[in-house]
Amino acid sequence: MEHLVIIGNGITGITTARHVRKISDKRITIISAESDHFYSRPALMYIFMGHMRYPDTKPYEDWFWEKNKIELLRGLVTEIDSDNKTLSLADGSKIMYDQLVIATGSKSNKFGWPGQDLPGVQGLYSLQDLELLEKNSVGAKRAVIVGGGLIGIELVEMLLSRKIPVTMLVREKSYWDNILPQRESKLITRHILEHGIDLRCETNLKEIIADPDGRVCAVKTENGEEISCEIVGLTPGVAPNIEVVKNSQIAAGRGILVNDFFETNIPDVYAAGDCAEIVTPEGERNKIEQLWYTGRMHGKALAKTICGERTIYERGIWFNSAKFLDIEYQTYGFVSNVPRKGESSFYWEHAEGRMCLHLVYNAQNHALVGVNIFGIRMRHTVFEKWLTEKRTLEYVLEHLCEANFDPEFFAEFESEFVAQYNTQFPGQKLRLQGKRGLFNKIFA
Amino acid sequence: MTPIQITKSTPGNHENNRFGAVKSGGLILFLIGMVIFLSTLFRGDFKITQQSLQQSGNKVSTARLQNLQPLVGKFYTSKKRALAEIRNTLREAEPQIDAYNLGVAQFWVLKNAAAGVFKDQTVLYFFLSIILAIVGGLLYIIPQFYEGLPGIKHNNIWFSSAMARGAIGITIGTLFIAFYILLYWFPQYIVNMVLLVDPVSYFIRNMPADQWFLYGFLYTLTIIVMGLRMLAKYRHSRYHIIRTFSIIFFQLIFAFLLPSLLERLSMPSMDLKNAWPLNYYFFTDWNINSLWGGGSFGQFLFIWGIILSFAGVPLLTYFYGKRWYCSWVCGCGGLAETLGDPFRHLSDKSLRAWKVERITIYSVLVFALVMTFMQVVNYTSNGDIFGNYTWRVNQAYSFFIGAAFAGVVGTGFYPFMGNRVWCRFGCPLAAILGIVQRFKSRFRITTNGGQCISCGNCSTYCEMGIDVRAYAQRGENIVRASCVGCGVCAAVCPRGVLRLENGPAGNRFNLIKSDAIN
Repeated sequence: MEHLVIIGNGITGITTARHVRKISDKRITIISAESDHFYSRPALMYIFMGHMRYPDTKPYEDWFWEKNKIELLRGLVTEIDSDNKTLSLADGSKIMYDQLVIATGSKSNKFGWPGQDLPGVQGLYSLQDLELLEKNSVGAKRAVIVGGGLIGIELVEMLLSRKIPVTMLVREKSYWDNILPQRESKLITRHILEHGIDLRCETNLKEIIADPDGRVCAVKTENGEEISCEIVGLTPGVAPNIEVVKNSQIAAGRGILVNDFFETNIPDVYAAGDCAEIVTPEGERNKIEQLWYTGRMHGKALAKTICGERTIYERGIWFNSAKFLDIEYQTYGFVSNVPRKGESSFYWEHAEGRMCLHLVYNAQNHALVGVNIFGIRMRHTVFEKWLTEKRTLEYVLEHLCEANFDPEFFAEFESEFVAQYNTQFPGQKLRLQGKRGLFNKIFA
Repeated sequence: MTPIQITKSTPGNHENNRFGAVKSGGLILFLIGMVIFLSTLFRGDFKITQQSLQQSGNKVSTARLQNLQPLVGKFYTSKKRALAEIRNTLREAEPQIDAYNLGVAQFWVLKNAAAGVFKDQTVLYFFLSIILAIVGGLLYIIPQFYEGLPGIKHNNIWFSSAMARGAIGITIGTLFIAFYILLYWFPQYIVNMVLLVDPVSYFIRNMPADQWFLYGFLYTLTIIVMGLRMLAKYRHSRYHIIRTFSIIFFQLIFAFLLPSLLERLSMPSMDLKNAWPLNYYFFTDWNINSLWGGGSFGQFLFIWGIILSFAGVPLLTYFYGKRWYCSWVCGCGGLAETLGDPFRHLSDKSLRAWKVERITIYSVLVFALVMTFMQVVNYTSNGDIFGNYTWRVNQAYSFFIGAAFAGVVGTGFYPFMGNRVWCRFGCPLAAILGIVQRFKSRFRITTNGGQCISCGNCSTYCEMGIDVRAYAQRGENIVRASCVGCGVCAAVCPRGVLRLENGPAGNRFNLIKSDAIN
């Protein structure tokens, strides 16, 4: 029986294993240095916040693996000998494979700041980071978070749940404006401030200062300000975790280099998920994809290839979602942070400033390019269809009720969108289709 | 466009203990009220007089009261002694008396013999116990939700002693269980508690309170108080606001005030929303006789009960799923969605629990169906066929299912096994609603494409123990018999993945998916 070995039990490795098991009876072994079982990494924050316990974050019960004949091994792979198809583990043991999948995920970035390795300074990526944060937060009077991305805001929310005041140092002019267009970035920036978070934009970390015991006691910014704190969270993004291929023949750039089939330069060795760098990017997509769902899609496509049905990775319509404190965010298609040539925007914002809709469309034929939605839920399948069919801005606005995914009885704003459009484009008379009236609400 | 004002906020003011003093004060008031309420169990004087015995006349037979004549003029400072003497006196005169009738006699004779502070200062003690606990409770539980912005308020739940099976949780559960045991089987020990609500009972029904009035009154108050908590906690979610108002309305009006007013008017009385077989005595001969024999209004109630149970239940469940009943109307569900909300995450999500659930709930359903069959046969044959057995089956059901399971376990186990133990493992009406929902309904929870991050909030906060995530992460819709449609999975989802929906029944399960969705 062929032996498939997967390094990494995150969403990519697990999805690969599950789908391989569906179509083949290969022996499957998953090796993880982090945890005995697969858990949901995006749920780490909720463990710390007391919304869930660690076992609640495991998507499959522990009996699932034995039942599906997926062997789980706890250990750190230190060496890949692809000539002899053998892995060496930190405990000295060796494992033979017929096919190897590297799905080792990411590691937190560190940019060589003085003091970045002091006790009390940490990132947030793994279960071990969570345990560390638990220790570091005992008695902490202030935390400083460096980096304004998605992990940064999660770490802020986590610390606030323990009533630890937070200062957030952000390089950009407003929160996440390297990704979000200005108005959305401001909306979230306002929300961060109304939560009482000490957000410092355009502020860079210079160094981290230790107290006489060698623990962190303050940070110094590039403007020379010193902020005393007991925790420093470094969250300036993540990078592929490719330690494992360092001394092997497997080629790597920023990530492990793979083609559209997740094949590396070595036969029978594949890499997927966060740690892979896809050398043939499609359109505007990054070579490195570090999302939960891309990991899942990588794994699903790779499983077919491994089982003999060589399958190209089809990226589909780009989408993503996040939650910034109390505001949910969804995006479908491409919305660039700075308006691009040949594109126009339709932007609506709610009077209270916690919801907005941003439709980006081709200025010539008005075909929808992408959408950002804050505070309103939209249907993935509907936007996927509209973007594939290249529907126009006008069509989308008139049919937006179809895409509304907010819970029943929630306030609906589609007629406001249409009214605003008709005001902005005086020649136009768009009419909203399929509004959910009272009758429809009851008998729909 | 104006550049954004990055004003320096006050660091650290976020979600601090803004209402700390109010909360502590409220907790102290609540605890004082509870201590005074519980102290009624251990205090109180009783004086049996000719007049006090007569007052029990419409509850206890004259002959039996006659047997208690030797006790006239006795004064007790101990409830225990008073109960013992009543028991011994009655046993001596009537060696055959059963435990039930003995309990009834003890309850009324003792209640009417009450003297001392609870009798003289009933209203004062009503305010010092129940009202003080309510006011204190509200001050304790409401302001915390206004310390931050509107949104999901689940911080630190798993670190809480009350909500994560700690010492406080165990204490709360034990008190619930003890209260239910006293209420169902030893009401003579809670006569002073019942005495406290006498003024309310006279005001609403113009008759003295019994233990069931006390229970209904406390039940309704609890749903209102904890309903206000839900309104504060979910002030960002209109689905929950409207649903909570519905629960409060049906409990207050349909379950409590309307039946009480009908009792005041000496008319046949019924909780108009209590459908068979949750209402397991609907087809007993005494209930049919009292309704059908109760004039045109009684007959209306009987027909209404039939229509509700056999047309309303399947039809409304076809359109909206079982939620229309279980989390919008039902009294048991109403308590679970209000008082039980802090414990919803304690339900077991394992596959094993689901297997157990299917065995127990359908066993209770079969039990209820057999019992109903016997009741109906018994009624139409005037007891010729099953004779005494119908009564015995009724007794068994009412003891094991009606009282022990629905009451003691159903509510007492909130802090141990979550707030829907009865609804999930026992309720025969939920079983019927569930079968309709699973096989013939327009209701489903839709999964939003491939947005699920498998975090597990939906499963954790599912009070019915459904592993919602197992479906959501596969892009499948959730169509499960047990789902009561509380809407909390959709609310706690951080990625907007779930939506409760009614719609055409075709492709309700959404098993065909694109690659992006998995």
